[in-house]
Amino acid sequence: MKVHLTRRYTFSASHRLYSPVLSAEANREAYGKCNNPHGHGHNYHLEVTVSGPISPETGMVCDLTVLDAVVSREVLDRFAHANLNLLQEFASEVPTTENLVCQINRILSRSPLPAHLEGVRIEETSNNSFECLAPAAGAPAVGAYPS
Amino acid sequence: MIYLTRRAEFSAAHFYHNPQWSEEENQRVFGKCANRRGHGHNYTLEVTVAGDVDAVTGFVIDLKILKDILNHHVLDDFDHRHLNLEVPEFASLIPTTENIAVAIWQRLAPHLHPVRLHRIRLYEQPDLFVDYYGEEAQ
Repeated sequence: MKVHLTRRYTFSASHRLYSPVLSAEANREAYGKCNNPHGHGHNYHLEVTVSGPISPETGMVCDLTVLDAVVSREVLDRFAHANLNLLQEFASEVPTTENLVCQINRILSRSPLPAHLEGVRIEETSNNSFECLAPAAGAPAVGAYPS
Repeated sequence: MIYLTRRAEFSAAHFYHNPQWSEEENQRVFGKCANRRGHGHNYTLEVTVAGDVDAVTGFVIDLKILKDILNHHVLDDFDHRHLNLEVPEFASLIPTTENIAVAIWQRLAPHLHPVRLHRIRLYEQPDLFVDYYGEEAQ
């Protein structure tokens, strides 16, 4: 009996949308205010969905404290109160929330979660949200600058 | 095919206890949720049905009928109740959010003809919810 369980987390980070393969003018055109040189920030709401059978012993899909610990260690400690542009994860990607949701999906896919990862969803603002289903094993990185 | 979701709230008490375990083991696994005096939540339930739009009414299902089914089969039994003590399913099943979602599915699914139950989403808190899509989706 498979159930999906979703846990919601919040973290704050700054970013600037800027692509080095575009001209300054093209950057302004593509990203608008998000291209302002000194960056800006968001309170991101992250939803992590895992799935699995309900344990007959506990009635639960997984131990929430274990899920929280993994997400804290692998995601929140890495991205909370960080400037995303300066992180190694975004050395070759624009830190759009599209790329961020894929990054977090890849990180969690490699992490010892207590249940099967179904996907990740991020609300950048109350109007914008982005969702990425868990990648198949060996899926190529997405979002890197074109070479 | 249209998916229609009706939201409802109910407030209920519960505790987590596996009778095959010692008190210490229950405390270790379930923490505060194992407190035998129980505690409670305001649950938010979202029931999503799937069906075709009726050519005459323009409805997937009459919302009043859906609301009555929801009240009769779920809310009247769950709202302002102690799930462990007053809802029969949980006499021998731990009333976790996961198990409550499955129990709600089993109560509603037989009564929704001509639409089909697509998903039960149950929030225990704003930062924790489960989705159940039924046995056929396994």
